[in-house]
Amino acid sequence: METDLNITQHISQRFNEELEEVRSLVMNMGGMVEQQVNDGVQALLKADAQLGEKVASSDYVVNAMEVDIDEQCTLILARRQPAASDLRLVVSIIKTITDLERIGDEAEQLGIAAIKLADQNTKPSRYVELRHLGDHVRGMLHDALDAFARMDVNAALETIRAATVLNDECDAISRQLILQMMEDPRQIKNALQVQWCARSLERIGDHAENICEYVVYLVKGRDVRHISLDEIKSHVE
Amino acid sequence: MTRAAVDASAASQTAEAVQEAEAVELVRPQETADTAGIHQEISGTVGTPFSDNAKMSTRHVDVFYGDKQAIFDVSLDIGEKEVIALIGPSGCGKSTYLRTLNRMNDTIPGCRVTGDFQLDDEDIYAKEMDPVLLRARVGMVFQKPNPFPKSIYDNVAYGPRLHGFASNRAELDEIVVSSLQRAGLFEEVKDRLNVPGTGLSGGQQQRLCIARTIAVSPEVILMDEPASALDPIATATIEELIDELRENYTIAIVTHSMQQAARVSQRTAYFHLGKLVEVGETNQIFTNPAHQLTENYITGRFG
Repeated sequence: METDLNITQHISQRFNEELEEVRSLVMNMGGMVEQQVNDGVQALLKADAQLGEKVASSDYVVNAMEVDIDEQCTLILARRQPAASDLRLVVSIIKTITDLERIGDEAEQLGIAAIKLADQNTKPSRYVELRHLGDHVRGMLHDALDAFARMDVNAALETIRAATVLNDECDAISRQLILQMMEDPRQIKNALQVQWCARSLERIGDHAENICEYVVYLVKGRDVRHISLDEIKSHVE
Repeated sequence: MTRAAVDASAASQTAEAVQEAEAVELVRPQETADTAGIHQEISGTVGTPFSDNAKMSTRHVDVFYGDKQAIFDVSLDIGEKEVIALIGPSGCGKSTYLRTLNRMNDTIPGCRVTGDFQLDDEDIYAKEMDPVLLRARVGMVFQKPNPFPKSIYDNVAYGPRLHGFASNRAELDEIVVSSLQRAGLFEEVKDRLNVPGTGLSGGQQQRLCIARTIAVSPEVILMDEPASALDPIATATIEELIDELRENYTIAIVTHSMQQAARVSQRTAYFHLGKLVEVGETNQIFTNPAHQLTENYITGRFG
C-alpha cells in the first residue's frame, strides 16, 4: 500500500500542476531544513564557529519559503475548493511547513550555541551524548521527509515509533550534564548551553514526528495526533 | 383517513417481512467499508446506506426506460429530518432515483420501476396509494423555478385549496403567509401578493416554488438542482432556507455543486452509472471517501 494517492489525473491540468508545484516546494523546503539541522549538529560537534554562523544566519530563507508555500496553499483553497485527498494534501502541507519552519528555528539555535561553545574552546568529547541524539534526530527528520515525499504510511509509523526514545535520551544527557556541573561549577555555563542544544534536538524530533502524523492523515484520512502508538497502528492497518 | 389506516397496517406487516429479510442484507455494505482499503469496483454500496431513523426507505430499486436500465439495485434510507444529497455525474441516475420517491416517473411512458418503497412503513407504490396525495406528502422543487401563471397568493394557495386544507379565507390567508414566511420570501412580497408570481426574480421564484411546496405541509421535500439556475446570492438564500427547513422536513437534494452538497447535507449518496456507489456522513465523504470512484468524482479526476 505504498501510494494509494496520486495527486495527478485531475481533469484540470492546471490543478495538477499547482499541486505538484506546491508539493515540490515543500520538498525543497524540507531539504533545506534538513541541511540546516545537519550543519547545526556538525557545527556543535566540531566546535565550528564558521559553520554555526552559516546556520544561524540562513534561517530567513526557510521563513520566506514558509510564507510562499502558505500563500500558494491559500490560492489553491480559494480557486479549487479541493476535496477528499486533495484537501488533505493541502491541509497537511500547511501544517507540515509550520513544523519545518520551527525545525529551522531550532537549527538556528544550534548554530548560535555552536558559536558560543566554540569561543569557550570546550573539549568536543563533552558532546558524545549530543552526537548520539543528533544522529537519531537527523535520521528521524530524514525519514519523515522521505515518508512525506513517498506518502508512505509505514515509514511514517516507523518514525513515530523512533520518537518514543527522545525523552529518555534527553534525560540521560541531563543527568550527565548535572554530574559535570557538580564536579566543576566553572563548566555550568557551557553545560547549560549543551542542555539547551539537547532540548532543541528533542524538539526537532517532535516536529519530525508531527510531520509523520500529517502523512498518516494525508494517506489514511485519520487524525492520529495525541493518541498512543498502538492506537495509531490500529488506524493504519 | 380510514383507507390510509388500513394501508398503514398492511404496509407495516409487509415492512416487518422486508426488515427480516434485510437482517442479512444490512451487514454487507458496512463490512465491505471496513475490511478493504480504497474500493475500486462497484460491488454493492460502500458505507452506510441505511438509517436507524428512516423516513423513507427504498430497497432493491431498479428503473427501466423501455429496454434501457437506468438504475441498478439501489437500496437507500432517507433519515427523518435529515438533508441527504444525491451527487454523481450526469446520467448516473440520481434524478431518476429522486423522482421514484414521489412517483414522478409514473407519467413517463415506458418507464418501469421495481423495488420496495416505504414512506413511514407505507408502500408508496401500492395500488391504493393516490399519487396526488403522495405528492402532497412528498413535495418537489425543480431545477427551473416554475411558478404558475397566477398571482403570488394563488401560487401558494393552490395546493391547500386543492386538498381542502382551509375551510375559510382567513385560514387560507394564514397558510399562505406562513408558507411565504418559512420560505423567506414574505417580507419581499407582502405588499404585492396579487401580482403574478412569474414577475419575480429567479431566486424569488424559486423561493415561491418552495413556499408552494411547503404550503401543503409535506413530510418530505425532494429538490432537483434547486439552485443551479440562480446567482450566488440567491443560492446562499436557498441554502440557508434548506438549513432552516431541516427542522421540520426531511429533504433529499440532487445537486451538481459539490460544495453545495457539502454545505447543506448531513448525508451524501454518490451515484455512478445507475448504481449507488457510496453513502456516508457528508463530512466523511468530502474529506475521506471510502470508494475510489467517489474520490475521483469529488476531486475532479478522470473516472
